[in-house]
Amino acid sequence: MAIIEVDAVRKTYAGRPVVDGVSFSVDEGEIFGILGPNGAGKTTTVECVEGLRIPDAGTVKVAGLDPVADHDRVTQLLGAQLQESELQAKLTVREALELYSAFYPAPADWRPLAARLGLEEKLTTRFAKLSGGQKQRLFIALALIGDPKVVVLDELTTGLDPRARRDTWKLIEEIRDGGVTVLLVTHFMEEAQRLCDRIAVIDRGKVVALDTPAGLIRRATGSTVISFVPSRALTGPDLTRLTALPGVASVTPPDSEGTLTLHGTDDSVTPFVALLAELGVTARRLRITGTSLDEAFLDLTEQDA
Amino acid sequence: MQTGTTTAPATAPGPSAARRRGPAAAVLIAEARLFLREPGSLFWVFAFPSVLLVILGFVPAFKEAQDDLGGRRVIDLYVPISILLAMITAGVQAMPPVLTAYRERGILRRMSATPVRPSALLAAQILLHGAACLGSALLVTVVGRTAYGVPLPGQPAGYLLALLLSAAAALCLGATICALSRTAKAATAVGSVAYLVMMFTAGVWLPVQAMPDILRRVVEITPFGAASQALEQAASGSWPGWIHLGVLALWTAVTGVAASRMFRWQ
Ligand SMILES: Nc1ncnc2c1ncn2[C@@H]1O[C@H](COP(=O)(O)OP(=O)(O)OP(=O)(O)O)[C@@H](O)[C@H]1O
Ligand SMILES: [Mg+2]
Repeated sequence: MAIIEVDAVRKTYAGRPVVDGVSFSVDEGEIFGILGPNGAGKTTTVECVEGLRIPDAGTVKVAGLDPVADHDRVTQLLGAQLQESELQAKLTVREALELYSAFYPAPADWRPLAARLGLEEKLTTRFAKLSGGQKQRLFIALALIGDPKVVVLDELTTGLDPRARRDTWKLIEEIRDGGVTVLLVTHFMEEAQRLCDRIAVIDRGKVVALDTPAGLIRRATGSTVISFVPSRALTGPDLTRLTALPGVASVTPPDSEGTLTLHGTDDSVTPFVALLAELGVTARRLRITGTSLDEAFLDLTEQDA
Repeated sequence: MQTGTTTAPATAPGPSAARRRGPAAAVLIAEARLFLREPGSLFWVFAFPSVLLVILGFVPAFKEAQDDLGGRRVIDLYVPISILLAMITAGVQAMPPVLTAYRERGILRRMSATPVRPSALLAAQILLHGAACLGSALLVTVVGRTAYGVPLPGQPAGYLLALLLSAAAALCLGATICALSRTAKAATAVGSVAYLVMMFTAGVWLPVQAMPDILRRVVEITPFGAASQALEQAASGSWPGWIHLGVLALWTAVTGVAASRMFRWQ
């Protein structure tokens, strides 16, 4: 069942549509990712879900409620980590956790949460004296402190070291296993691939793809990359035949080491091997790799960028 | 995991332990703590007006009764003036940069994403600065009485009314400065100019009662000129003129409405 429904949302700043008809829905217990280049409208979209911005058109529903009209009720079941915000400079970590606990009718206990996020040694440190990553962890704690049913995390692990990042991923998985729905904006493909059940790729205010991570990779053109050094120089007609193989999107001419690269699909591999045999060419240093989500992302968003 | 918590039971602190007070009270307590961590504001609002009074008392001439002041001494006039100085400092100098920084840094915005309205933060700040004004007023009164034998106000009810109205006017003016300033820097700059003007009209350099007639008439239209007259009248035993109280109330109402209409939350 959908707990977040975003339907044809538009938001215009200074006559320029920044979010231009975005629709998606997130099921209960799902981790839903939003990917997209800088300025694509990701933050604007999720802040409409949080009720912090008012869409110019379209509707947003969280658990059936309007995040603006029913702001009080939505904030009780939705925890948010904003891409940019601060706390009072001289407020200590402990005071911040206690203060935000007092905002919710049935808050989570902040002590284990602080321990889980590695904040227990910083409890008496003032906000302004925290490092960037420590501030980020505190904001993750504050997003979870109200024991929410939905959490919206805008660039969750930006500024975290690799270990903290992995710990945070584990935490998010645990939270999801507890039945919480997660809406996640990220620039880290590894994060999206590991955590997300589904991903919406947003580019210039529009959803350009919405699929599982594996689906997105499969959908990308040139998702299989074949590279090799031919045992003899290939002639023009040879190259034409390589290019004509099923699924092959492009053939990059030999680089300085003589390596040739083909972008194709799974279907290109067998005909490729057959063609080499027919031409009497052996392929040295042959590598066949699938594309990463990284490349799929670039492929989906690169047009006229 | 329980490091640093001395009173919480080790077994199950539970949500109820974490939630001992209501949201508004929690905000007020947190902001009060933060207020006490600002030594600069505390000094200028709470201590400086009394210090000024003590220093002025070192001038022998200020402690002599003057005929053109109706037999009162200059130091007597400086008790209400020092109190007004505390209010102007709190409302116009100390509070606006705090509130604008809360907006500028997204602190209000972060709070908008919780069930508590960010107005709770503004209310707490206004309340705390108001309390600091009244605390400072009490201190100035006590210092004036004990150090220089300045008589307590002859018309206490009228004095208190004028005091409360002056504090409200100072805070509403400060709130208007926040509403009009985009950044904390701008709020500080606007606040500093307003501060100098208001100190003059309150009579910090030259008591309103000692100003030439024409100047006094003009100054009486300003909130702190009116406040100065109202306080002085109540101090010397009569009910403060309704015209002065009216001017103060009008300024408070106009700036209060303007601030709440124009305040930007982000
Ligand atoms: N309040 C605003 N006023 C005017 N323009 C805005 C405002 N908020 C966002 N924009 C513009 O809208 C566009 C999308 O911004 P948004 O913050 O949603 O991007 P994003 O996808 O989150 O980018 P990033 O990856 O850099 O965080 C940007 O071009 C930005 O300049
Ligand atoms: Mg963003």
